[in-house]
Amino acid sequence: MTNNIISINNLTKSFKSVDVLKGIDLTVEKGTMLALLGPNGAGKTTTIRILSTLLTPDSGSVLINGFDIVKDADSVRSSIGLTGQYAAVDELLTGRENLIMMGQLYHLSKTDARKRAEELLVEFDLVDAADRIAKTYSGGMRRRLDLALSLIAAPPILFLDEPTTGLDPRSRITIWEIIKKLMAKGTTILLTTQYLDEADKLADKIAVLDHGKIIAQGTANELKAMVGKERLEVTIDKDSDFAKAKNAISGDSKETDEDERKISITTEGTVADLKRVLDAMATAGVEVETFSLHKPTLDDVFLTLTGHATEATDAT
Amino acid sequence: MKPTSHSKLYFAFADTFVLIKRSLRHIFKNLDQILSIVISPVMFMLLFRYVFGGAIDTGGTTYVNFLVAGILVQTLAFGANTTALSVANDLKQGIIERLKTLPIVSSGVLMGHVVADLVRNVLSSIVMIGIALLVGFRPEASFIDWLHILALVLAFTFAFSWLSAIMGLIAKSVEATQWIGFVIVFPLTFASSAFVPTDGMPRGLKFFAENQPVTHVIEAIRALMNGTDIGNHGMLSFVWCIGFALVAIPIAAYLFRNKKSR
Repeated sequence: MTNNIISINNLTKSFKSVDVLKGIDLTVEKGTMLALLGPNGAGKTTTIRILSTLLTPDSGSVLINGFDIVKDADSVRSSIGLTGQYAAVDELLTGRENLIMMGQLYHLSKTDARKRAEELLVEFDLVDAADRIAKTYSGGMRRRLDLALSLIAAPPILFLDEPTTGLDPRSRITIWEIIKKLMAKGTTILLTTQYLDEADKLADKIAVLDHGKIIAQGTANELKAMVGKERLEVTIDKDSDFAKAKNAISGDSKETDEDERKISITTEGTVADLKRVLDAMATAGVEVETFSLHKPTLDDVFLTLTGHATEATDAT
Repeated sequence: MKPTSHSKLYFAFADTFVLIKRSLRHIFKNLDQILSIVISPVMFMLLFRYVFGGAIDTGGTTYVNFLVAGILVQTLAFGANTTALSVANDLKQGIIERLKTLPIVSSGVLMGHVVADLVRNVLSSIVMIGIALLVGFRPEASFIDWLHILALVLAFTFAFSWLSAIMGLIAKSVEATQWIGFVIVFPLTFASSAFVPTDGMPRGLKFFAENQPVTHVIEAIRALMNGTDIGNHGMLSFVWCIGFALVAIPIAAYLFRNKKSR
C-alpha cells in the first residue's frame, strides 16, 4: 500500500477557452509537505480550489484522505483546512468570535469551540487582539487569524495558498514557524508559493507548475542537481592580477567577469578540487579578495526549467 | 476534540443559528448600519411631514396619519437591501470561500443575513413609529392590529431580503449592489401610494401604482393603523410576499452554491 493521502490523477480544468490545468499528476505522502511552485497564472490556485471542493474538475480524479472530491465532497471538507491568498476572516467579528463561530460550524460543542479558540489565540499570538474586530488587524495578524481558522478542527490535511504573499519579512518568518510546528505534528500540507526560498526552506518535495503542467518534481536537492554542479567563485584583489589568475586555472571550465574581477569555476565541490584552485592562486602569487562556494539555487532551477524567471504577470 | 454527531437536520438548524448570530453581531458592530436604522426613517418622516405634507391632499385623514405606512414600508425596503450589501461584502472578503469549504448547509449564510434584516427592520420600524408619534401621528390600531402590522413587516422584509440576496450574488461589486438596490426600491416605493394618493397620477402609472405589491402592503398597514377598511390588501400582501420568497429562495441558494468569491 502506498501512503499517499492526496493523489491527483490527470487533472484538467479549463475556463472558457483557456486550458488552465492540462493534466496534472501529483501525490502527497501522509505527514509530508509538497510545495507547488510556479509563477502567477501557472494554475496553482486553480489546483488548490479544485482540491478544496470549491471548483469541480473537467476530467481526472482526485482522492483526498481516501475520498473522491466530486462524489464525496462533504467528507473531503471534513478532512481539510484551507488558507487562501486573501485572508478569509469576518472583519466585523473579533478574533475570538471568528474562531468560536468557525469551531461551531465545524460542529464542535460550544464548550470545545471556546476551548479550541483560546488554544489557538495563544498559539498564534493573538491573545492581546482577541477582542478587537478583525478589521483593525494588521496584515500579518489577519493572516495568522486566517491560518488559525483553518486549523480549528485540527484537520489532517492543510492547503496553504500562498500563505506569505504580501507579508513583511517578520510576519513571513512567524508564519513559517507556525507551519513548521504543524509539520512537526504530522499535518500533511500542500503549499503553493511563488517564493523559491519558501519552498526550499519548508517543503519535503517540490513540484514545479508552469502553464498548467508539472514540469518537474523532487526534493529541493534533486531539483538543484538537475541544473548542474556547484560553482566556486573567486574575486581577485587587484585588476593587474586578474589575467594571472585566469591563466593559473586555465584547465577548468569557467566564466569570467573582468569588471567585477570575478572568476566562476564549475566544480565537484570536493576538498581536493577546492585545494587545487587555491594552490594555483598561491603559486601564481595572486591575492584573493573573496572565495565562495555556490550550490545552484532554485532560481537557477526555475530559469532552466521554464526558460523564464519566477516573476510573471499579476494574477487576476 | 471531536465534532459532535447529530442528524443532518439538527445541524442544518444549528449551523443556520450560528450564522444568524454572526449576522446579528454585524448589526451592532457596524456603526453605519446603526445610523441607517435611525437616521434615514427620521429624515424621510420629517421631510414629508413638514416640507411636502402641506401641499398634499389626503382627503379625510391627516397627512401624517396617511404618511406613516408609506415611510414604514420604504424603510423596510431599504433595510432589506442590507442583505445584498452583506452578501456582496462576504464575497469581497473571501469569507464565503471558507464557509463553503465547511460541511454545512450552504444557504445558512444567506439565511443569517435575512434574519438580521428582520431584526434590524423591526428595530427601525419601532424607531420610526416613535418619531411619527412625536410629530402628530395618531393611530387607531388595536393590539391585534399591531400584531398584524408586525406580521406584514416581517413577511415583506423576508421576501425583499431574499430578492436582495440575489442582487448581492449577481452584482459585480459592493457599490453596484447599493446602486441596484436604489434603482429597484425607489420606483417601487414612489410609484405607489406611499407618499401621495394615487388619484392624481396619469392613467398608466396609476394602474401600476395601485396594483404593485408594495402598494398592497402599504394600504394594508395604513388601514390597520387608521382603523379603516383593509379590503383585500392584507391577503394580497401575503400572497405577493410568499410568492416572492418561494421564487427567490431557491434561486439565491443555487447562485450561492455556484458562486466564486471575487
